[in-house]
Amino acid sequence: MVTYNLIGAGLIVIGAGIGLGQIGGKAMEGIARQPEAAGKIQTAMIIIAALLEGLAFGALFLGK
Amino acid sequence: MKIAQKTVKFLTIVVLALFTTVGYALESDTKYDSSNDGGRVNTKTEVEEYILHHLKDSHDFSLWSYTSVEGERKHVGFPLPVILWSSNGLVTFMSSEFHHNDDGHVIVEKNGLKFVKIHSKIHELDQEAATVSSDETHHATNAHKVLDFSITKSVVGILLIGFLLLFWFSRLAKQYKTKQVPTGFARVLEPLVLYVRDEIAKPNIGEKHYRRFTGYLLTVFFFIWVLNLVGLTPLGFNVTGQIAVTACLAIFTLVIYTFSGNKDYWMHMIWMPGVPVLFRPILAVIELIGALIIKPFSLLVRLFANISAGHIVIMSLIAIMFTLKESLGVVGATGLSLVLSFFILLIEILVAFLQAYIFTMLSALFIGMAVAEHSEAH
Amino acid sequence: METLLNDFSPGLFAVSTILLLALIALMVKFAWKPILNSLEERETGISNALAAAENARKEMQNLNADNERLLKEARAEREAMMKDARHISDSMIAEAKEDAKEVTSALIEKAQASIQQEKQAALAELKKYVAELSIGIAETVIKKELSSKKDQLALVEEILKEVTLN
Repeated sequence: MVTYNLIGAGLIVIGAGIGLGQIGGKAMEGIARQPEAAGKIQTAMIIIAALLEGLAFGALFLGK
Repeated sequence: MKIAQKTVKFLTIVVLALFTTVGYALESDTKYDSSNDGGRVNTKTEVEEYILHHLKDSHDFSLWSYTSVEGERKHVGFPLPVILWSSNGLVTFMSSEFHHNDDGHVIVEKNGLKFVKIHSKIHELDQEAATVSSDETHHATNAHKVLDFSITKSVVGILLIGFLLLFWFSRLAKQYKTKQVPTGFARVLEPLVLYVRDEIAKPNIGEKHYRRFTGYLLTVFFFIWVLNLVGLTPLGFNVTGQIAVTACLAIFTLVIYTFSGNKDYWMHMIWMPGVPVLFRPILAVIELIGALIIKPFSLLVRLFANISAGHIVIMSLIAIMFTLKESLGVVGATGLSLVLSFFILLIEILVAFLQAYIFTMLSALFIGMAVAEHSEAH
Repeated sequence: METLLNDFSPGLFAVSTILLLALIALMVKFAWKPILNSLEERETGISNALAAAENARKEMQNLNADNERLLKEARAEREAMMKDARHISDSMIAEAKEDAKEVTSALIEKAQASIQQEKQAALAELKKYVAELSIGIAETVIKKELSSKKDQLALVEEILKEVTLN
């Protein structure tokens, strides 16, 4: 029972990690391409990362 | 300069007040411990238990505890009032009556009712029961939880920070009456206020409506930020890691954006224009669940989980000092633990700001979505 | 979910709701409203001052331009006046010269005419005198003709001597 929960948590973390990596990487690319838009990109990045984080935490706690 | 000095004075007085109370609050407690090492937190399971205990709200303000030469467990701190709404009405007593017991062995009798504290929750024993009996998952079988309005450590934290914020910002407000540019500590606060107004409220809510919500956003931002930072001090507050507190904040945001939503907002939520009529009810269900449950839930869980995780990580890294003592030696374990916990603490200071920022930002974003005026159909 | 619900304390939720409501109300009343109002006031004050400074600068520029224009006009006028004056004086001098020339030539002419006249008058008088003289000589010659030739000649000689003596 506990093991299944842990496997689920691991899957969630893997998914969230991939998502966060995508967000961060694309944001970096965007900033490198257009340094003058860095502020806007950063804000959007943080918001999207926060939404993803909320999703991941929600899933983690639902499973626990 | 003057203000800063006064603030320092104020803080010193608070700390001194704490410590004078501590002097009277020194109490010995032999009942707590039965193992032979005098209740020291040494092993891995003890560390885990200690961390989990810290993450919960506590009914007394304990700063630290130690074991005296005689093997007695002593706690330094002061008790806080316990206020319960039991089956017999309101019951109050001081938390010192539990003698720091947390597993239901100490029974406090008030108003003809028996109370025990199990894992930081106060339970009321059933009438005929004399002691707590629990099942294998440590849930009491003959006791039930009561409504607990106690002045717990978190409540003390909220009160303390509330007064501090009021003190700081009413000072800043008063300074504007006499001069254009604030001096002293208020000069630090002014850019923060401007930051929240110009970077969070204005761009997310919009030039037209932001004024109505800036007060709420500013309060929430500073409340969360200062409490996050206080949580990193050895005072051991964990207010923003209490799910009740974050739920309260999230529900405030929910109430605000639900009640300030304009016609367009509700129209888009309940009867989405520009979508085949068949899909509209499905979309309405999704939108309603998203707005009323998922948004506040993600807000409350994010803050709670981030702060709890930070506390767990820091305390675990500090615990390396004890758990790796055998394999690394005293110096090695202590050094490793200090280095690691120092860097994680730096990250946590960033996280403290970031979580306050994100909570305020997302609140502003949700409010902005509710009050935005759509000119085009999409 | 279970642990989450287990951790949730309704009592703490109620207490923190009340405290937070009070905190938000107090902060809005005693801190945020005055702070935001005075910040806004200050911002509008600053932008007004900036606009006023800009206006003053523009006005100053206008004034400067006006001054320059006036100066230029004055200079041009002065030059024109100088030119006029020079012209007038030149023409006056020229006129005066002409006049003077005319007057002098007239004078000279007059003088020459009067000299001529005087000369004529003098010549006429001389002629008259010569005529009278010759008549006198003839008279005397005629008076003495009858006496002798010799006397006659002597007489003529005498008269001629007298004439030259005159």
